[in-house]
Amino acid sequence: MREINVSEITNKIKNMCISVNLDLSDDMKSALKQAEQEESSTLGKHILRQLDKNLEIASSESIPICQDTGMAVIFLEIGQDVHLTGGSLEAAVNEGVRQGYVEGYLRKSVVDDPLIRKNTGDNTPAVIHEKIVDGDKVKITLAPKGFGSENMSRIFMLKPAEGIEGVKNAVLTAVKDAGPNACPPMVVGVGIGGDFEKSAIMAKQALTRRVDKHSDIQYVAELEKELKDKINSTGIGPGGLGGDVTCLAVNINTYPTHIAGLPVAVNICCHVNRHISCIV
Amino acid sequence: MEIKLTSPIEKSRLSELKAGDMVSISGTIYTARDAAHKRMEEALSSGRELPFDIKGNIIYYMGPSPAREGQVIGSAGPTTASRMDKYTPRLLDLGLGAMIGKGKRSPEVHEAIIRNGAVYFAAIGGAGALLSKCIKACEVIAYEDLGTEAIRKLTIEDFPCIVVIDSTGEDLYLK
Repeated sequence: MREINVSEITNKIKNMCISVNLDLSDDMKSALKQAEQEESSTLGKHILRQLDKNLEIASSESIPICQDTGMAVIFLEIGQDVHLTGGSLEAAVNEGVRQGYVEGYLRKSVVDDPLIRKNTGDNTPAVIHEKIVDGDKVKITLAPKGFGSENMSRIFMLKPAEGIEGVKNAVLTAVKDAGPNACPPMVVGVGIGGDFEKSAIMAKQALTRRVDKHSDIQYVAELEKELKDKINSTGIGPGGLGGDVTCLAVNINTYPTHIAGLPVAVNICCHVNRHISCIV
Repeated sequence: MEIKLTSPIEKSRLSELKAGDMVSISGTIYTARDAAHKRMEEALSSGRELPFDIKGNIIYYMGPSPAREGQVIGSAGPTTASRMDKYTPRLLDLGLGAMIGKGKRSPEVHEAIIRNGAVYFAAIGGAGALLSKCIKACEVIAYEDLGTEAIRKLTIEDFPCIVVIDSTGEDLYLK
């Protein structure tokens, strides 16, 4: 049994919260650069250039890329041969978020109750998804999620008879309804199958996959490409002000489902698609 | 071609703007988002004054990240405007000149914009670091307990926006 002190997890999460809000991953940066080349609308190109400049300023002057530094969504894959010591794992994760958001000058965007709505003042608690896996390591993935795009996300409980066309319609409906609100160019995470909540978690997790990597399942990879083209032909464009680049990638995850169901979750992310992972 | 504007702003100047115009705004604007709008609505409903004179002024839908030492403000880009739609017609009827945000507005806001000759601008969503460079001064003037959602008075210089809904109700998103 390998022992890991939870304080190590606190430290990792603190540092990841800060760095992920100042620097996008390389795949996202390249996708945005490529979008600038591909965009034919003058205004669209102008907006993409400004976004590129925004990334440079964020990184060089330590100003968050977006003022909405998100609610911290954390995926933990915990090896079953790990023994966590030194206190509660959940408390350690939230302590990392607290330290990161306070010391990193990140915005505190979390309220303590969905209806009473008092700000918690330190961006805790995080949304934590734990999974027990083989091995003796802990993989931490942090994906702070802004709510401009989160608010435009949807779940569709389709009938099996609606099939792949139903899935395409669902994704396109969500994207068209989101329009300028979701700060396009977007990244679209889709979860197909499982049940109600499994589809939503898969959609969120799909957003943490590199935008230059397609699904390993061939028909899913083709569906990703087709949906990206269809979304880009809507003309919503950068900033929702018209153009060719409405989405940078569609990432789809799938899971077995019930004979009676076809859940489809569409989790939309803006162009500030932040995610970072590390292994302890 | 960018049109230079100064805030506060006359309705006659706003009426010259057309959906799709690129503008650059200098002067004084005020931030307010969800929680501040709710408080302003409560103030009006109980007969109290608003924390600032909204006549001819611009509200920027924005809640910044905290400033580091030596910075005026942290990241400072627009938030989704439609969440303020419920409160906006009343403020426009009281003389609010313009709003800066991002995203679509409701039919009720469209009507109130036309009725009052107001304008809705969009700034680039997700460009908070870049936009923060146009903010030269920042002061919390009301609802400090709301943290990032407090009302701030901002002094801005050449703040880039685009006219999305002009005073005739023409909407760039619907074009």
